[in-house]
Amino acid sequence: MSFSAQEMVEKTRKIVAPWKEKKGGLIPILQEVQKELGYISTEAMETISKELKIPKSEIYGVATFYAQFHLKPRGRHVVRVCRGTACHVRGSLAVLEKVKEITGIQENETTDDLRFTIEPVACLGACGLAPVMMVDSQTFGRLVPGKVQGILDTFR
Amino acid sequence: MPIFRSHILVCGGTGCSSSGSQDVQKVLRDEIAKRNLDKEILVVQTGCHGMCEMGPIVVVYPEGTFYCRVQASDVPELVGEHIVKGRPVQRLLYSVPEDASRVPFYKDIPFYGKQHRIALKNCGYINPDNIEEYIARGGYEGLGKALTSMTSAQVIDEVKASGLRGRGGGGFPTGLKWSFAAKSPGPKKYVICNADEGDPGAFMDRSLIEGDPHAIIEGMMIGAYAIGADEGYVYCRAEYPLAIERLKTAIAQAEEFGLMGTDVLGTGFNFTLHIKEGAGAFVCGEETALMGSIEGRRGMPMPRPPFPAVHGLWGKPTNINNVETWANVAQIIVNGGAWYASMGTEKSKGTKVFALTGKVKHTGLVEVPMGITLREIIFDIGGGILNDRKFKAVQIGGPSGGCLTEEHLDLPVSYESLTGAGAIMGSGGMVVMDEDNCMVDVAKFFLEFTQRESCGKCVPCREGTKHMLLLLEKITSGRGTMEDISTLEQLAEMVREMSLCGLGQTAPNPVITTLRYFRDEYEAHIRDKRCPSHACTALLRYEIDPETCKRCGLCAKNCPVSCISGSRQEPYRIDQEKCIRCGTCFQKCPFGAIGKN
Repeated sequence: MSFSAQEMVEKTRKIVAPWKEKKGGLIPILQEVQKELGYISTEAMETISKELKIPKSEIYGVATFYAQFHLKPRGRHVVRVCRGTACHVRGSLAVLEKVKEITGIQENETTDDLRFTIEPVACLGACGLAPVMMVDSQTFGRLVPGKVQGILDTFR
Repeated sequence: MPIFRSHILVCGGTGCSSSGSQDVQKVLRDEIAKRNLDKEILVVQTGCHGMCEMGPIVVVYPEGTFYCRVQASDVPELVGEHIVKGRPVQRLLYSVPEDASRVPFYKDIPFYGKQHRIALKNCGYINPDNIEEYIARGGYEGLGKALTSMTSAQVIDEVKASGLRGRGGGGFPTGLKWSFAAKSPGPKKYVICNADEGDPGAFMDRSLIEGDPHAIIEGMMIGAYAIGADEGYVYCRAEYPLAIERLKTAIAQAEEFGLMGTDVLGTGFNFTLHIKEGAGAFVCGEETALMGSIEGRRGMPMPRPPFPAVHGLWGKPTNINNVETWANVAQIIVNGGAWYASMGTEKSKGTKVFALTGKVKHTGLVEVPMGITLREIIFDIGGGILNDRKFKAVQIGGPSGGCLTEEHLDLPVSYESLTGAGAIMGSGGMVVMDEDNCMVDVAKFFLEFTQRESCGKCVPCREGTKHMLLLLEKITSGRGTMEDISTLEQLAEMVREMSLCGLGQTAPNPVITTLRYFRDEYEAHIRDKRCPSHACTALLRYEIDPETCKRCGLCAKNCPVSCISGSRQEPYRIDQEKCIRCGTCFQKCPFGAIGKN
């Protein structure tokens, strides 16, 4: 998924349009932009600033405050290994290490072929199935390091 | 309306879905259709039963037969045997861990025996995507009663009489909170549902919304009527896509049924409800930060007062409650405050949902009356410790909570008793630990979390948690000194006293309680350079037992730093200087000749 600067500006404008007269739109706009473009580009932030008449610094501040927003392109598949308490005491660190070993990247990094991004997550709220990991929107529970390769192989 | 002779309930919660319940449901519907049973048997997707570990869960009514870990491949047998021939499939029934005997019925399973379900009343019983099933279970009766026969002051009095306190962790009396917002003047007020469940180890809010979204909506509308609000927000984590989807469906249905919108039930009461997705910041669970986030700003807490009841969302009087608190409201209105107050202890009334996780046999959501002991929760409901190991501690209240030990097992659970022992009720996460869990590592784990999630606005929290974490890292890597312990204690006290919001004020709790109850473990790390639970890798020593070693060489072949030497003639040994303690040799040895110390 890659867009030209012009396309990014146009797509962002469309997303901002319905929020012009309403309050509290910045976070939903950023969420929508990220869904559309895959990340929050400089062009997108500049467009939001112009359209909503709020300083770029404020938009940058909000975009960097929340863990969900990314200012760089991400992989096609996002892997989140739950690092919550319940998963921690049932061995999630070993699962995370296995994911890092297989993909060759660290948390918050993306593989060169843009296949995987590893994102840290505090808790996925599926503690009953600990340890858990999520690839895109699919959840996998009761993991052991040995199961990781098989799961990642299904995401091309 | 068609009458069915049997209903098959398949759990569609997040836990069961990730164990494969969507496939089970699909195959089940196909199988029922294939056998031309679709006029007799109805397949219903429900919310969470709480026993996620045993999922996917399938319950067959009217008998109430409870099947665990059902896979798609089990479905033809289940239909053929149970539905067609009336014989329950023994191998899929719940099995008691002690004697492997099978328990056929839902009501007889020990996990549910001591529970008392109010907030979770409908979870697992009804299809959350169907408002009619909610209404059939008495839903929207509370709203009707409040709107048509009670004044707003009477509603507040009823909630006050119930003794209900904030279930998000603070424990502030709900009725009193409402009365503040009701007294604030102004035509525009808001109600907010805090569904930003960020505590690692807690998932009751998620299950409540996924399993019974209308209960939360109804509670919010009663609250809105009581304080004079006409607009509401549910602030939900974006990590909970299913909860958001169910809530959207529920709102649309309530509007369609005339239970939300303008002139509800012809009483002149107006209400609209919006959903706001969080964007991944733990601190947004704090009410002032949460409102900042709804307004589109960085979610940073503000000093209070002014309280939200006076100056809240967009400067208007606002009442914020947690998901579980809202879920109790409608039943309090229907059954009366005295009914709710008849359960629990003197100061903590009613029931509380706990997320029981970690090293227990049955993990899941449990709703119990206040005043029950930890022993009953962990051993009677949770079935005891996994693999029958020894209980060591239970961490209550998430990153803001504390670790309690064996001596607290008979403590009756209430807001006061937990705070007295050094933990907090918090959101109700209960993580059980056994002897393999290192308490210093656990404290470090929570500090890593709070340090990362600190919003950075006030110095004590931003800098204090960082330095506490550095000290804990120093200790777990074997470089600690005894002085570090007293520095930790000083820092903990400072951060607790001086931080702006609840995140910082409670962040030192895991450190304070582990220092209080497990000081010897800290000292072992420092003095003996040893981790008694073998959890801190930097302090581990891997050694090869020359007697058991068969000299196969697998360890040496797999060692990433080539620190193992030996040959067919002499046993292999590890060079401790070069060893990086990765544990590869330990995993690879087929003869169990490698030990950890």
